[in-house]
Amino acid sequence: MEKQRYERPILKKLEMGMPGKFGVAANLPPTTHIDGISVDSLVETYGSPVFILSEKTIRSVFKRAKKAFTTRYPKVQFAWSYKTNYLNAVCRIYHQEGSWAEVVSGFEYDKAIANGVQGQHIIFNGPDKSAIYLEKAIRNDSILHIDHLDELYTIIELTEKLAKKPKVAIRVNMDTGIQPMWDRFGFNYENGQAWDALNKIMHSGKLDLVGLHTHIGTFIMSPQAYGVAAQKLADLAIGIRQKYNHTIKYIDMGGGFASANTLKGFYYPGSDTNPTFDDYAEAITSALLNTQFTPDNLPLLILETGRALIDEAGYLLGTVIANKRLSTGKRTTIVDIGINLLFTSFWYEHKLTPARHYSQYTEATTVYGPLCMNIDVIRENVNLPLLNKGDHFVIHHVGAYNMTQWMQFITLRPKIVLIDQDGTAHVIRENETMDNVMNMEHLPAHLK
Amino acid sequence: MKLKENIAISDSGYLFNPSTGESFVLNPLGMEVLQFVKKGKSFEEISKEVLTRYSVDSITFEKDYQDFIHQLRQYLLIGSDE
Repeated sequence: MEKQRYERPILKKLEMGMPGKFGVAANLPPTTHIDGISVDSLVETYGSPVFILSEKTIRSVFKRAKKAFTTRYPKVQFAWSYKTNYLNAVCRIYHQEGSWAEVVSGFEYDKAIANGVQGQHIIFNGPDKSAIYLEKAIRNDSILHIDHLDELYTIIELTEKLAKKPKVAIRVNMDTGIQPMWDRFGFNYENGQAWDALNKIMHSGKLDLVGLHTHIGTFIMSPQAYGVAAQKLADLAIGIRQKYNHTIKYIDMGGGFASANTLKGFYYPGSDTNPTFDDYAEAITSALLNTQFTPDNLPLLILETGRALIDEAGYLLGTVIANKRLSTGKRTTIVDIGINLLFTSFWYEHKLTPARHYSQYTEATTVYGPLCMNIDVIRENVNLPLLNKGDHFVIHHVGAYNMTQWMQFITLRPKIVLIDQDGTAHVIRENETMDNVMNMEHLPAHLK
Repeated sequence: MKLKENIAISDSGYLFNPSTGESFVLNPLGMEVLQFVKKGKSFEEISKEVLTRYSVDSITFEKDYQDFIHQLRQYLLIGSDE
């Protein structure tokens, strides 16, 4: 006689919560395959945990974003935000799709050059640009987004040495009606800092002011804030033309668009409630089109969105280590993915799905990582099917930041695999080994 | 170990404890195990029955059985006269 499929016995207390107008599914369908490859076979081949990136999704989301803007505004350019995910394979996909590079350090600048990006297509942001890299960027005709006056004076000094007129923009911070207001980067709009910097640039005669840049924050849930920001940058651009008869070539709205992740504290899933590319595009392009820019004089619109482009394409596959109960009887599941790999679990309720079909029975579970640290919590409370030790699962929307902000802490970092458009898997970053870590250390003679 | 006498269990796996007013649901194996417990069967008897019919090893079932009994105890569904 064939034995029946086993599912551990459970007793689930029925809790009466506050009634909601909209129901949220308690039991998510499993993710058995990613781009045609089974999750179990990916884990078997590449180990657990493992990051998986879908090239198909990267390209399709990019096309969706591009369409949202280009259908509303005639001149649009994306610049891939390197810090969001600077794996060479990822960057090259975006560059193939036509993105420039947006970098915020010398390290990222060199990566963009190594990825074959032409100098004039690299936007150099960030508060820390050394004189060496400023010189390199000026020689390459890259665009410098000036963050503070010390940087402005350094660039002016360099022009004397290099006999070149660097292409520059200033980063402008401003009140867009949302909190928190990011004012630590760039020059403030409301208190006149921005105009002060612009006047210094124009009067120096040594710099080519080509653009205006802002980056109003991160995971912005209010598209209208971008409309306010675009309006203020447009006002500056129009003021510059009136005062100096100088035309600003582009307005760079930075990044900060929300992805489909769910922020902690939000009741409904981010995939249902977060703004879409169309929402952001409508706010930004309407603001620009409604200014005094004439149709033949519209500035190029540059977008540096990172998170909203790549989050959806990233998956993190893991394995259940153990199940146990807390003193309260609360179910907990320990998995092999910790906050060292999933940095974004600090602010998202990441969607987590099993890798195979289970029955309809679920239990409210806390998901802990493998680190011997109390803060290592992946989900505080999530309804999960009755997972057993060794079962695989998938964490969704992890493409942004996790593969750059991850830490070599307690465990070694795993492989990253890209599934190409034909459904073939490629390792695009090897897992760390003991040698990788040990080779960077030196033992003083008296400790050998 | 004895299930409290006034606990009501439906055929569909719904359980009601009139002493506390709390309601629970059981999955099919939970229902089976609870019926065994109600009949006063020992762990060894229950384990033998389950291992014969389900694709599970004895260690896994023992661990899950203990967890299930712990839950019954946590929710005061098992009497103190065990």
